[in-house]
Amino acid sequence: MSARKGKIYFGTGLPYFDASEIKGKLIVIEGTDGVGRSTQIENLRQWLEIKGYGVATTGWTRSPLISKAIDDAKAGHTLNVNTFSLLYAADFADRLENEIIPALKAGFIVIADRYIYTAFARSIVRGADPKWIHKVFGFALEPAAVFYMKIGIEDLIPRVINSQTMTKRYWEEQSGEGMDYWESGMDLRLGEDFYDSFIKYQRLILREFNAMARRFKFIVVDSSISFEETNKALKLGIGSILEHDEAS
Amino acid sequence: MITHSRRPTFSEPHPYPGRLIIVEGIDGSGKSTQLQLLNKWLVNSGYRVFFTEWNSSALVKETIRRGKKRNLLTPTTFSILHATDFADRLVHLIVPPLKAGMIVLADRYVYTAFSRDVVRGVHPAWVRNLYEFAVKPDLALYFKVPIEVSLKRILNGRINLKFHEAGMDLGLSDNPSESFKLFQNRILEEYDKISKEYDLTVIDGTATIHRQQELLRKMTKEMLQDFRPMPYLQKKENIYVR
Repeated sequence: MSARKGKIYFGTGLPYFDASEIKGKLIVIEGTDGVGRSTQIENLRQWLEIKGYGVATTGWTRSPLISKAIDDAKAGHTLNVNTFSLLYAADFADRLENEIIPALKAGFIVIADRYIYTAFARSIVRGADPKWIHKVFGFALEPAAVFYMKIGIEDLIPRVINSQTMTKRYWEEQSGEGMDYWESGMDLRLGEDFYDSFIKYQRLILREFNAMARRFKFIVVDSSISFEETNKALKLGIGSILEHDEAS
Repeated sequence: MITHSRRPTFSEPHPYPGRLIIVEGIDGSGKSTQLQLLNKWLVNSGYRVFFTEWNSSALVKETIRRGKKRNLLTPTTFSILHATDFADRLVHLIVPPLKAGMIVLADRYVYTAFSRDVVRGVHPAWVRNLYEFAVKPDLALYFKVPIEVSLKRILNGRINLKFHEAGMDLGLSDNPSESFKLFQNRILEEYDKISKEYDLTVIDGTATIHRQQELLRKMTKEMLQDFRPMPYLQKKENIYVR
């Protein structure tokens, strides 16, 4: 596995797992809420499959094992920042070992819709110690590449304040919310209402992502222009990773 | 809702007015018996005592139980879930009594995770970092006994060893009692490393109950020398004893 900088793991790793069994590649797409990651990933999957690659995708959704605990916790429990961070770490570990690693062992290209960096940003804006949370996720596999779909807050607003999704959330999902509680960082009480909180929360998240982009050498893809522009840049980046691999 | 708190780290003494006493040791080491006796003595001496056990919070208990039953847990998820559970208990059950100036007695603490999870295969430095947010105990006692003694004590109380207690999921042996010995032997090795690394007070768990308890009370007294109960906790009253 040709991970970046020859690193197999992000940190201390999984001592009980033999990483030489990994044949596939892990490609990570990061970016804030509403940037259009899932649409791009669906397109990339088709593109790669047409090229003859086996593709598996994985999201930052919840694993069956932990989802109930997370729901219970969110449903009213007072969550401490450590508990919050660890619940997501457990959830990710479950997905890594039961979904991502088996697919990589079988030689698939795994496209991850969000990865540990999302967890870092969310935990750090909630007050976690960055060093601690980085080490907590030390068992994660180092991806072959991290593409960061970057937009500014001004591009994010029109995508999130959108009548279709907000109407659906309010009426059909009967959540009683137009904007999403967690996307708006409402637990942090940053603003008067969902909108103010959303702006402040997403600004903090974007700041973390921009700092991580430098630190963890993300491939930054400007996603403020159009779907096509972003798509072209992603394909170019992924293509060069696959070529490089076949050449070596 | 997420609550913020600037918390102390595990490597430095905690700033709370209360005191934290923890006991560690393998199953059947006699640590719980000793802690209960210490509890009675402290209450009888007029201290406000708060008792807490490892792995008892509601938040992830059900998940751990379900995972164990279906053998779904990997060493990493097993480890993180216990840390999550501990983080929740720390906030709800350990820090409040410490802030209120009580004496908190914990049956098992983070060292249980350090030994057990490493035996299950996680990285020693990784699991130590996982618990970096824990409160450092004021008195940490490790009850050391040979495997044979603990096995005898456990089997005296009941007929069968529990699946996870015997480490059967590790596939060391098909025989529960054989598996228990192999598993607990590795745990003992880890405890030995830990007790040096964290300077735990080692108690000879093969000595008589009375002798051990005398020692415990002596050490607790020393530790409490500079302890001043909060004025609102000084009124002696009948507190329930577990």
